[in-house]
Amino acid sequence: MTMPLALRVLESEARVYRRIWRASIASSFLNPILYLAAMGVGLGSLVDANLPDGIGGVPYLTFLAPGLLVATAMQTGAGEGAWKVMAGLKWTKTYHAKLSTPIGVPSLVMGHMLWTGVRVLMVSVVFAAVMAAFRVAPLFESLLAVGPALLVGVAMAAATTSYTARIQDPAALPLYFRFVVIPMFLFSGTFFPVSQLPSWLQPVAFATPIYHGVEMSRAIITGVAPAVAPWISIAYLLAWTVLGTVLAIRPFRKRLTP
Amino acid sequence: MPPLIQASGLTKRFGDFTAVDGIDFVVEPGESFGFLGPNGAGKTSTMRMIGAVSPITAGSLTVLGLDPMKQGPQLRSRLGVVPQEDNLDPDLTIEDNLLLYGRYFDLPKATIRERIDELLDFLQLTEKRKERVDALSGGMKRRLTIARGLINEPDLLILDEPTTGLDPQARHLLWDRLYRLKQQGVTLIITTHYMDEAEQLCDRLVVMDKAKIVAEGSPVGLIREHAPREVVEVRFRPGALGAITGVVETLAPRTEILADRVLLYTDDAEATVAGIGAAGLEPETVLARRSSLEDVFLRLTGRSLVE
Repeated sequence: MTMPLALRVLESEARVYRRIWRASIASSFLNPILYLAAMGVGLGSLVDANLPDGIGGVPYLTFLAPGLLVATAMQTGAGEGAWKVMAGLKWTKTYHAKLSTPIGVPSLVMGHMLWTGVRVLMVSVVFAAVMAAFRVAPLFESLLAVGPALLVGVAMAAATTSYTARIQDPAALPLYFRFVVIPMFLFSGTFFPVSQLPSWLQPVAFATPIYHGVEMSRAIITGVAPAVAPWISIAYLLAWTVLGTVLAIRPFRKRLTP
Repeated sequence: MPPLIQASGLTKRFGDFTAVDGIDFVVEPGESFGFLGPNGAGKTSTMRMIGAVSPITAGSLTVLGLDPMKQGPQLRSRLGVVPQEDNLDPDLTIEDNLLLYGRYFDLPKATIRERIDELLDFLQLTEKRKERVDALSGGMKRRLTIARGLINEPDLLILDEPTTGLDPQARHLLWDRLYRLKQQGVTLIITTHYMDEAEQLCDRLVVMDKAKIVAEGSPVGLIREHAPREVVEVRFRPGALGAITGVVETLAPRTEILADRVLLYTDDAEATVAGIGAAGLEPETVLARRSSLEDVFLRLTGRSLVE
């Protein structure tokens, strides 16, 4: 029962998206172009001038691009788990409307997660295409690197969804981005290797989902073996996804079907 | 035919707070059944239990022969719900709101499109079908929410405060449409704190106050049972009432002294009005009218319905 109804929720989100896709697609292209040009090419030329062997043997742009791919997936996932969920629960109350139909809370949460996966995939594929255009890697490798990005995006969406469902005041969301999501983006291996962090901070970076995705995507693009065995990283990211989704169901029930 | 809804000892508690306290009622097929009461009386909580979106705390409840707790999705597929607060998708057009909603019931797109045409026509929204919900007036949003509630051709339509916040014209249009639905044999459940709405739309109703049902019957029956035929409403200058309370109370078999006016319940309004002059009183206004559900509520609870 849950799965077909979850697909209805997915379909509904896709239909809503069809109304707004133009603006959204434009920024999906623009964002990687700006970042890769400024940080990868601009800042990268300085980095490369000081490190003739590059980072781990690759130029800065090549090092950075897979990290940014995963970071973009993470932010997309977090965004869907934050704003979309807050809107459904509180602002437009469209989740309440869905629950007056045969759809129940588990199908609603499941459908939301499926849609998040689609969104993360879209953004990541666009990013991979831009990466290929910047000649970071051939298109095929770039698209392979989307796999870990998708896992990270969905894991962050699940965790963020279960957080959003628990807070009453939407003002907590910008704080969540400022103090959780942005620091992850900055300090989990996207812009520089985690080994550059003070040693006490490194375990914190290892615990974040994004770190594991960056390691895997970077391995695909640069050919350098990841610091953590990929199966451990994959299992870790899936665990975040499952746990986040399951933990979201209770607060959803509390709010929607008290 | 078995009753559409059967509730006995139905109770809803949120922690220490009892929202619905052991109520019993039965709704028959084809009936238009009302819950009349002030805000906070437990009407919405009752609707949400019937709609299978709120678990019952105690007692028993059967809706369309189904158990809302165990057969929620199955039950909801046969209900139409018009909630108190519009929860339409503001970014979508009227048409798309209905299409999306219909898809949740797993209806084929062709069927939904046919019904959209009919429903928009019925609720006089056809010209607006391509407009975004954002751009609609309150009355149009309400009508769209009703159209949405009818998309699955429900066996039971639940309307929670359908006209609260609407202007008189929008209310009358809505009442007219709901009346037609009733004529078509759709069973309606309506909550309201407007007595005129209850009188217009309900075949039978229960009066709720403080989580309990305090009376049950048809609007006419309730008035006959709980209030004399006529009422004389008298207003005095502010502050003038205190000195004459004793005299006022002798004017009719039953009197209610409210903050801003006095209600004299009587079987002969003309004689009572004459009595006011004879007693030497000089009220600002005197109005004789037939008793209403408002008077019933006042009689049963000692408070007026809309404060």
